[in-house]
Amino acid sequence: MGHHFQTADLMQYLLSGVALGSIYAMVAIGFNIIYNATGIVNLAQGEFVMLGGMVTVWAHNRLSLPVAAAVLVAVVSVALIGIAFERLAIRPVRKPTVLTLVIITIAGSFVFRGAALLVWGRSLSWMEPFLGEAPVHLLGARITRQHILVFFTLIVVAFALMFFFGYTIAGKSMRACSYNRTAARLVGINDRTMVMLAFALSAGIGALAGAVVVPISYMEYDNGAMFGLKGFAAAVFGGLGHNPAAVVAGILLGIIESLSAGFISSDYKDAIALGVLLLVLFVRPRGLFGRTDLGRLTEF
Amino acid sequence: MRYVKSFAWLMAIALVATLGAGAFAQDAPEAEAKAATAAADPIKIGAVFAITGKAAWLGAPEANVVKMMVEDINAKGGIHGRPVEVIVKDDQADETASRNAVGELLRENVVAIVGPSTSGCSMAVAPMCEEEGVPLVSCAALAKIVEGREWVFKTPQRDDHVVERIYDYVKEKGMTKVALMSSTDGFGAGGRATLQAKAPEYGLEIVADETYDPKDTDMTAQLTKIKAAAPDAIVNWTIAPAQSIVLKNAKQLGVEAQIFQSHGFGNYQYLAAAGDAAEGVIFPAGRILAAKDLPDDNPQKALLVDLTEKYEAKYNDKMSTFAGHAYDALQLVFEACQNKEPDRQDIRDYIEERQGFVGTGGVFNFSPEDHTGLQKDSLEMLTVKDGQFTTLAK
Repeated sequence: MGHHFQTADLMQYLLSGVALGSIYAMVAIGFNIIYNATGIVNLAQGEFVMLGGMVTVWAHNRLSLPVAAAVLVAVVSVALIGIAFERLAIRPVRKPTVLTLVIITIAGSFVFRGAALLVWGRSLSWMEPFLGEAPVHLLGARITRQHILVFFTLIVVAFALMFFFGYTIAGKSMRACSYNRTAARLVGINDRTMVMLAFALSAGIGALAGAVVVPISYMEYDNGAMFGLKGFAAAVFGGLGHNPAAVVAGILLGIIESLSAGFISSDYKDAIALGVLLLVLFVRPRGLFGRTDLGRLTEF
Repeated sequence: MRYVKSFAWLMAIALVATLGAGAFAQDAPEAEAKAATAAADPIKIGAVFAITGKAAWLGAPEANVVKMMVEDINAKGGIHGRPVEVIVKDDQADETASRNAVGELLRENVVAIVGPSTSGCSMAVAPMCEEEGVPLVSCAALAKIVEGREWVFKTPQRDDHVVERIYDYVKEKGMTKVALMSSTDGFGAGGRATLQAKAPEYGLEIVADETYDPKDTDMTAQLTKIKAAAPDAIVNWTIAPAQSIVLKNAKQLGVEAQIFQSHGFGNYQYLAAAGDAAEGVIFPAGRILAAKDLPDDNPQKALLVDLTEKYEAKYNDKMSTFAGHAYDALQLVFEACQNKEPDRQDIRDYIEERQGFVGTGGVFNFSPEDHTGLQKDSLEMLTVKDGQFTTLAK
């Protein structure tokens, strides 16, 4: 097979990996927010991504809304779905244990998938890239504007969250709840509202990820599982609950996947990426950046 | 209690009234046919398609065409005066679900089974049908499905013929270096093996051999590797929607090699999803997608044009090759039941001896040695021009 090593190829693998990883990272952030608020892993997170993509395409192609408005419609409506999910399925549970709640989120993922199948059928949803088809030449690599947009969306989301958790009352209250729920309630924070807010945020971010990725990857009603799996891997890789770590870990995962496809074998790219994840977890069970001594939402 | 009873009576009366009204509303001959068929036991035929799940693209149109055919044949009075009932199961392209579905159909005592949609599922259920002695007419392409089997037939063109058609063309154009792209599902893996095995016969060198998961969202890494290997031609083999992403990624990277697709590209939605990137792609497929471009003396033309019109009018959707495969499969079973008895052995024997069956996939000539019945010439080289499938100009 004699692969001729070229810098341009290496750049292509790296940049493709960054773009791919940015999506994983955004899904991972969604996992983290709900994990911090409730201590559970929301296995319907991938479905929020799917719904975001589906609604965006529907709003743009069917309702003829401009792209920005379509994305907004998707983010808001999926955030509302997230709230409804929390209100109707998570909150009413009489004896909430982590296991029960996680199983409920699995059921939720089936419901969302089934609903998407009913509403949009089995057809593939896609739309034109937001900024046109023509690729950009960057350091010898060719990358689409949409890929770059995905990366910048991730960066904006990361900084927005940093601001939200660091400088707003709502964000600080959410952090307080994740450190110590009882103490937070004692100082007058409504922890129930914070959990609801976490679901809304996490669904909204998932939907945003779906919206920006749909011109690249297309969307089908059953695409959520794949996004969920890769995003979860990124969240665990970085250290569950730790958002800046999710950004780094997601991108790292994307790069590993892309490099293994490029230099080793595309047959094993997923196996290699998940193998690296396992290795890391053997050595550092808390993930790459997970810390035991600090609370969960320290950074954002 | 009293209320429940009177409610039940009311429902019963309503039901009878509706049925009665329905019967009178029918045209007279049709109503007679219905009355005659209703008395007899239905002929039960099984169908297993991937109606939902990762290969819903195949199974959904297949289930549609089957529904249309059953309505048609029952409107004409069924077969031998008996109504036809096709029990359709959804296997979601999952091998286990497919085996379960076939198990249920066998318990229902079906006389034959059409489907499954995918090669993986067909391989999984073929041994069951073989053991039970029930004819299976698969709608999947892998040649291995029927190899050495007595009860198993299939209607899509064989994937090795598709490979040969592509390689014939590649060789004719003087290309020597080929890169392979395939999905990691049954269809992709089967095609990949055939592509690898046949390359030496044509004097072709495989310079890259890459795969992707059918749910992958980005194939630029694989294509970068392929681009570095500088092939003359790329063969991209899958039935997954991901093939449209491959085309887009190739365009993004400025890949210059001629891209060939498998017959699994024969779906207007894939074409639309790939947009400009699909222009000039070449792939061998059955003639159904280019029915209107065929010369009038083509034996398949009348059937193809008619079926396409009927299907598109009924479902308000583009005709797909896969609906054609299911049409051929069920039509063979219908014909066997009409010309012989609706009995497992008779159906098997009839199909195996059937010569000159004009279907959507080609003109089928079955024999004990050939349970596909199609030759290389059943395929037409198609290309994409201005967002439409059309026959490739010589």
